[in-house]
Amino acid sequence: MKRVAALVVALALIGVTTWLVWPSAPEVRGQDQKITVVDGPADDQRVELDTTFFPPPDGGKAPVVLLAHGFGGSKQSMRDQAIRLAQEGYAVLTWSARGFGRSTGQIALNSPDYEVKDVKQLIDWLAERPEVQLDASGDPRVGIAGGSYGGAIALMTAAFDQRVDAIVPQITWSDLADALFPNAATTTQTTAQSTAQATTEAEAESGADSPAAPEAGAASGVFKRMWAGIFFGQGVSLDASSLLGPREAAGPLTPQQARCGRFLPEICDIYQDVAEDGRATQEAIALLRKSSPVTVADRIKAPTLLIQGQRDSLFPLSHADANAKAIAAAGTPVSLAWFDGGHDGGNGEADWLFEQSSAWFARYLKGEGSGAPPVSAFTVTRDGGRDPGTRQRIRLHPEAGSYPGLGGTDTTTVELAGPEQNIVNPPGGAPASISTVPGIGGLLGGQGNGGVSIDMPGQSAAFESRPLTAPLQLTGSPSITVRVTGEGEATLFAKLYDVAEGNQLPTLPAGLVAPVRVTIPEGAGSTEATIALPAVDHRFAVGHRLRLVVTTTDMGFATPAAPATYQVSLASPALTVPTVRTLAAAPTGVAWWVWAMPLASIVVAAVLLATGRTPARLRRRPVRASATEPASIPATLEPGVPNTTPASPPNGKPATPTATTPNGQSPDAASATGTAKDSPSDVAAVVNGSSAEAAPVTSVDTAVVASTDVPLEITGLTKAYRNGELAVDGLSFRVEKGQVLGLLGPNGAGKTTTMRMMMGLIHPDDGEIRIFGEPVTPGAPVLSRLGSFVEGPGFLPHLSGRDNIELYWAATGRPVADAHFDEALEIAGLGKALERAVRTYSQGMRQRLAIAQAMLGLPDLLVLDEPTNGLDPPQIREMREVLKRYARDGRTVIVSSHMLAEVEQTCSHVVVMQRGRLVSTGPVSQLLSSAAVADGHGPRLEDVFLDLIGDKA
Amino acid sequence: MTTATGYAPNRTLPLRVEIVRQFKRRRTLAMFGLLLALPWVLVIAFQIGPQSPGEEQSLRISDLATQSGLNFAAFALSVSASFLLVVAVALFCGDTVASEANWSSLRYLLAAPVPRDRLLRQKLIVALGFSAAAVICLPVMALLAGTLAFGWDDIQVPGTGEVIPALDVLPRFGIVIAYAMVSQLVVAALAFLISTMTDSPLGAVGGAVGLWIVCTILQAVEALGVLREFLPTFWNNAWLDALQPELDWSGMAKGASVSITYAAILIAIAFRRFRHKDVVS
Repeated sequence: MKRVAALVVALALIGVTTWLVWPSAPEVRGQDQKITVVDGPADDQRVELDTTFFPPPDGGKAPVVLLAHGFGGSKQSMRDQAIRLAQEGYAVLTWSARGFGRSTGQIALNSPDYEVKDVKQLIDWLAERPEVQLDASGDPRVGIAGGSYGGAIALMTAAFDQRVDAIVPQITWSDLADALFPNAATTTQTTAQSTAQATTEAEAESGADSPAAPEAGAASGVFKRMWAGIFFGQGVSLDASSLLGPREAAGPLTPQQARCGRFLPEICDIYQDVAEDGRATQEAIALLRKSSPVTVADRIKAPTLLIQGQRDSLFPLSHADANAKAIAAAGTPVSLAWFDGGHDGGNGEADWLFEQSSAWFARYLKGEGSGAPPVSAFTVTRDGGRDPGTRQRIRLHPEAGSYPGLGGTDTTTVELAGPEQNIVNPPGGAPASISTVPGIGGLLGGQGNGGVSIDMPGQSAAFESRPLTAPLQLTGSPSITVRVTGEGEATLFAKLYDVAEGNQLPTLPAGLVAPVRVTIPEGAGSTEATIALPAVDHRFAVGHRLRLVVTTTDMGFATPAAPATYQVSLASPALTVPTVRTLAAAPTGVAWWVWAMPLASIVVAAVLLATGRTPARLRRRPVRASATEPASIPATLEPGVPNTTPASPPNGKPATPTATTPNGQSPDAASATGTAKDSPSDVAAVVNGSSAEAAPVTSVDTAVVASTDVPLEITGLTKAYRNGELAVDGLSFRVEKGQVLGLLGPNGAGKTTTMRMMMGLIHPDDGEIRIFGEPVTPGAPVLSRLGSFVEGPGFLPHLSGRDNIELYWAATGRPVADAHFDEALEIAGLGKALERAVRTYSQGMRQRLAIAQAMLGLPDLLVLDEPTNGLDPPQIREMREVLKRYARDGRTVIVSSHMLAEVEQTCSHVVVMQRGRLVSTGPVSQLLSSAAVADGHGPRLEDVFLDLIGDKA
Repeated sequence: MTTATGYAPNRTLPLRVEIVRQFKRRRTLAMFGLLLALPWVLVIAFQIGPQSPGEEQSLRISDLATQSGLNFAAFALSVSASFLLVVAVALFCGDTVASEANWSSLRYLLAAPVPRDRLLRQKLIVALGFSAAAVICLPVMALLAGTLAFGWDDIQVPGTGEVIPALDVLPRFGIVIAYAMVSQLVVAALAFLISTMTDSPLGAVGGAVGLWIVCTILQAVEALGVLREFLPTFWNNAWLDALQPELDWSGMAKGASVSITYAAILIAIAFRRFRHKDVVS
């Protein structure tokens, strides 16, 4: 136990030391700077940007990363991320964009004339810093990362400044006009004439080549009024965190500020214009396109990791898709990740995003050799069920080697069914259906799948599939062709629900809807439109149905106020569902430790076992003799006495049958002689040993023999208690064959400890015990010649007495015939009680059964500890006879007892111990005769004993 | 002659003897009785419980339990693997040496003499045998009870609701049972180690179960991150992967690896300690 405690303490010390010494992340100090830049279409506007520069913490030159904040944020929003990135060995610059935080200037929506020029000058400034690694003079090794508004500036800057070496734009737009005026419909052949009217100049300019790109474009798009309001308004910020802190702008607002906030007046004017009637004007589209990466993405040469949120109704996955296609078309490496987050909330996966960004920068800023894990071309975050330990949701990140686009690598066709249905647009557009409430999802940190979706009755048409027979993993943008009958322009919203059986509400994956605006040609009465449904990654389970719902309203969008009625039906029942076959969970393989750990542990186990083996007993062997060589003839040898042990060499090994004083044959000696016949070695002893005079117990010091015939020889035996006090202290004595030895001593003298050491149960600290010449070790085979009863009986309480005895014998593995059950059980004298469970026995019965167990197999040496405890006087008397007779058969008995009168009558020899030491030894008769006759009657052992232990009254 | 006639160390404490010694114990019989009765108790509970209105198509393992005998057996295993089987295994392995010490019969076995390594080996084999029997008998009885009560039908996978033909799933069931046994090896080794250190059988069982509970609690601390994978309890439910349409070995491989690692070291420590121990009970 002490060792265990010491081990625990040592481990704890090691742990604490490691904790203290473990290199903590280097400290990063930011340097606040005001950097003045000049921008504007004519390069004549001075703007002071509030920046913080974080030099690489370990000194030297390092690549630099610009971290751009989102809309409504400032450089403070990026501080934690900047420190973390700097600790990875980068210089980092954060800044408040013009119009945000403490920077001056007005918001120009990442315009090439304003914000892009600002960032180019920040890169110029960085090129002068001594801490920044340069590719060439004036050209630092630089990357840009940021989310939303910050993501767009990363893309725009990379397009206009070729010095940028890598970018990680997150949850950002490709086409701001399309984001605010989306139209997911592609009207088909029957309405070809209507497309001319919808095609805009801007559309041609963008050259959008996505098959899902709305033919009609932003000009006919449905105004995403709630998001736009938040985007342009002062009331709510996109950056939820800025709502929590105190607003930086102080003081009452001027009328101009109240109207436009910190926007450039021309942007503000255009917004007010379009927001009024929900229609995109050409100026608005031109202005928004100017701030849209998709128009310039073909110029981007910096490797780009696009991270887009799956829960984003502002900039849905299709924006990353458009960006990726445009950038890849220029031959620039692009990777995409769809994570669990976005403007509508979700988990956010901040750590995973950081790892991905960090790996991207490591690869393209630090170089291939940086040991960063590769970033796959396409990664999707999926629900991985629950953690086996915490039962929390876990996320998997399956990867694909190439990005297949929103059309997937394969498509599955799901048949939808439903009649033509009438739907109405309510006057004023209220009440409106709800899919996602912008700005709320993020604030609530909604983890649910899409939150609340409500379709108003009478406003929606539903088409449903049969229950799925196999799970369907949708990855991308499904499409369906519907026929809309009515008049004029129809504004509709299409959503694809996952409908489970039973009481569960249908779920709208990611809470996304596809807004559709189609124009029904005059006179035709109807038109067909192919709708690109929102791009999502969603698994439809077996038994679930897919339900397409077409509604006339959605709370997030501007819908016409005029009442109208339409009929909606499926032009074709086939819903095309894209799937991505190549997406597979990262090939984990078998972790190395799976096979290494068990192997190592088996090696450790083998070492533990091998080193823990009891070392070969190199105890000091008595010099005088060894058990294997012929011993000299002992002084006590009586000539003519035959060997009692067949194994002894024929030249006359010592045979000293030292029997007790004959005390008269006991009437039931028949049993004893009967038993003796069974073992030939004992017959001789019985025949020849009867006349033997009591031989002295030879102390080892005077002994000349340690032979296989000496039943017990103890030499210098020492054992300390755990507290260091000696239980047995240098004990030496020797017992000869045929003796009944009484082991006497007061409580605590070390008698039981000595007996336990004889049985190999405890290890002596020093000295040695030999039984029949063999040293005693735990489990030494010679112990099979020892029968023992020490410190009470030990039986299995649930078994009967007979079962106990028989199973004990079976456990020794010796032949049943050698057991002599009958003799032993006769000694126990339990009669019918033998068949009862031992737990029902009295103390005396157990005692007798235990002595019987000790005598099983008639061992050559019998060790009994207080055998008469709990026996009644007749039983004591009988036990005395049994022991005497047992020894007379040439065997040896060692008895410890307190009952001195008992010892006096039973034993031929005694060993007196006190405090672990040998006090006296010798035949009982000698001991008694040495004592002075104190009073009238003859000497009693009691007097001698008390005298010896120095406790005589 | 240094040994008694007919004595040979490698014949001591035969397995047959140790099995008889342990099997006749009340707690052994009670534990097996409980394990064999539990499936029937569950069947009755499902039968008398209020029936859900209509066919509620929930895909939780408990709701699928009445779909078929196989589903029921999977359910029975899932509810018992986390605790009942742990207690059963801890009982068989924790009790084996400590109870002998408690009855004082250990010293007579050792003085018989049964060599100490052999005593531990034989006891470990028998205790593991009883543990394996416990882990096997529960799902097999559950399969029997479930089939009688709910019929023999294909298994419906929890979570996704896919259906796997019954005959395909039977070998998978063998994997489940085998994995359940391997994952309980840690408990067995831990209980066995404590058993060699104490005289109190309940202390050994309680100690093993207690450490198990501590592991389960630690496992809920997500801050430990990947370290939790090395907790012996972490992969306890990985056998669910064997009932998926695509058999996934990775979780079970990790679980088996962790389990074997702990078990090998704990058992080695048990043997090493016991060799040198002063038996004073």
